[in-house]
Amino acid sequence: MDENTGSAPILEVRDLHKSYGKVKAVDGISFSVREGSCFGILGPNGAGKTTAIEVIETIHQPDSGLVMYRGERVSRSFKENIGIQFQDTSLQEFLTVRETLELFSKLYPRPRPIEEIIKACSLEEFVDRDNRKLSGGQRQRMLLGIALVNDPDLLFLDEPTTGLDPHARRNFWRLVQGIKAQGKTVILTTHYMDEAEYLCDYIIIMDHGGIIERGRPRELLLKHFGEAIIRVPEAAVPPGSAFSCPFESEEGFVAFRCADTDQSLRELVANGVDLGGILVERRNLDDLFLKLTGSGLD
Amino acid sequence: MQGFKRFWAVFVARNLEFFRDRSTLAFNLIFPVILIFGFAYAFPGGGGSSFKIGIVGTPPAAGSAADVAFIHYKYLQFIPYADLKAPLDRLAHHQLDMVLDYFKAQYFVNESSSNGYVLERMLSGGGSSSTSVTAAPAGVFAKNTVSGAPIRYVDWLVPGVIGINILFGSLSGVGFVIVRYRRNGVLKRFKATPLAAFEFVSAQVLSRFFIVAFASTLIFAGTNAALHFRMTGSWALLALLNALAILCMIALGLLFSSRIKSEEVAGGIMSLITWPMMILSGVFFSLDGSPRAMQVASRAFPITYYIEASRSIMLDGAGLAVVGVDLLVLAAMALAFMAAAAALFRWE
Repeated sequence: MDENTGSAPILEVRDLHKSYGKVKAVDGISFSVREGSCFGILGPNGAGKTTAIEVIETIHQPDSGLVMYRGERVSRSFKENIGIQFQDTSLQEFLTVRETLELFSKLYPRPRPIEEIIKACSLEEFVDRDNRKLSGGQRQRMLLGIALVNDPDLLFLDEPTTGLDPHARRNFWRLVQGIKAQGKTVILTTHYMDEAEYLCDYIIIMDHGGIIERGRPRELLLKHFGEAIIRVPEAAVPPGSAFSCPFESEEGFVAFRCADTDQSLRELVANGVDLGGILVERRNLDDLFLKLTGSGLD
Repeated sequence: MQGFKRFWAVFVARNLEFFRDRSTLAFNLIFPVILIFGFAYAFPGGGGSSFKIGIVGTPPAAGSAADVAFIHYKYLQFIPYADLKAPLDRLAHHQLDMVLDYFKAQYFVNESSSNGYVLERMLSGGGSSSTSVTAAPAGVFAKNTVSGAPIRYVDWLVPGVIGINILFGSLSGVGFVIVRYRRNGVLKRFKATPLAAFEFVSAQVLSRFFIVAFASTLIFAGTNAALHFRMTGSWALLALLNALAILCMIALGLLFSSRIKSEEVAGGIMSLITWPMMILSGVFFSLDGSPRAMQVASRAFPITYYIEASRSIMLDGAGLAVVGVDLLVLAAMALAFMAAAAALFRWE
């Protein structure tokens, strides 16, 4: 059963191991993925994220462990049911976007109509352009289109927005939200915490090949960071003010670490603090990772 | 059926990639043409200026009564043969200037060869010698003549150039391309689809076969229109020979690219394969008279069999009985390379 909903998972990974020489790239990870959800795999470079999903995708053979798709061990036909967008990939050159989509669509027994893919991934503008002449964002959209040519139930996206500008990233997120809305399951690895928070329903954090934390993003933040940080300029705090929550001076601001944000704001007002320059900070997944591993997500 | 659909999709995509890559296309077509016209311009005749004499039988010991000054002259190249057939064929085509048969004390010249005329005068004592032995008196060697039109160097060269084109077209077009695909992730992307390795490799082989056959035909037809090569044999047999040679070279390309991931390593291995083949397979010069070890080494290379058979068909009108062994060797090599490549191939 799925670990967070109790429903039958679309994908289940049990005690997966993969080593390269003495390096344990994936060290006994287990998790399950609910159908229709977006499942995030986070971690720093070298954490084993890409190796883990490429073993699941059957690109690499595991040393041991089990991958189950819809309750059955993955077989050769698994590739017909999944879509993959690799982190780094090249395509055959001198083909247009449309020809590239047609090439990949002919590799599957039940392809989705090309025109639907073009529309779903917003490729109309450059569909007849040589695939070597695309911008970063256009290229990622085309690669997403390729991953969708077989109308997969399960989509793997390996750091799909790395290197894209904020506008292109937002556009890509909208496409992924659209795919989720169709009931498809997405497994996403990413470096961007805002991306994980925006797209993922459930995440695991990997480090040194293993899973060090798992859960829904907001639940994890609440679990590890029950407090919010309220910052107000030092000049806005009247001398002699008394507060129930701990506070300290930080670079011209007074930082209040509050378990109850509402109560703390009332106290600030009661003490006559000018709230004009107030900043309320919520901890994010990057902070969580720092807390868990002592290193940042790079 | 689904397998054929996948194979065909990759085959078509690879062909589009090749024909749209204008720089590669131009290099594949223009370089061999330049080579052929360049040699035709530089060597309008038989190529090379030294006197070449085929020797059948063992010359007598130096200083013996039967010794003749002729074979001690400088600047003459003596090439030993086991019997008369091969040297007489070459004499007829002006690739040798004289054949000296010690078994039957006879010599052969081509009556239309000016070099043969000069050598005949030297043999009968017209030349000078620094040795103590006497020139051969007239009548010691009985004279025989053969006839045959001279073969231009370019006629002799063109099978070699086509062979080189097949070699490079196949090794770089399959071997190098697969290494590049492996390095930049194209193979990995295909591996993530239902495409089988056999379907992918077959598509690459057939696509490259089509491309190399097309390029070779175009090069031959284009240069032939201007240079009118000697072609005395069967076109069908030549086509069969070309097909086997292309398959064999493509299989060799597959074999060397079966696991390599670095284009630098691939380039080095390609040089390691192609340079000895170009030097030792008689592409630009005949291996007659070359050291025995060199001739033995040349038998290891498929292009040697292609060039020999191709010259036999084009220049001598040889049939299946003559070139059958070459065809069999090429087919056997193609199968062996293909089997080894299939066993060793890795997507990544």
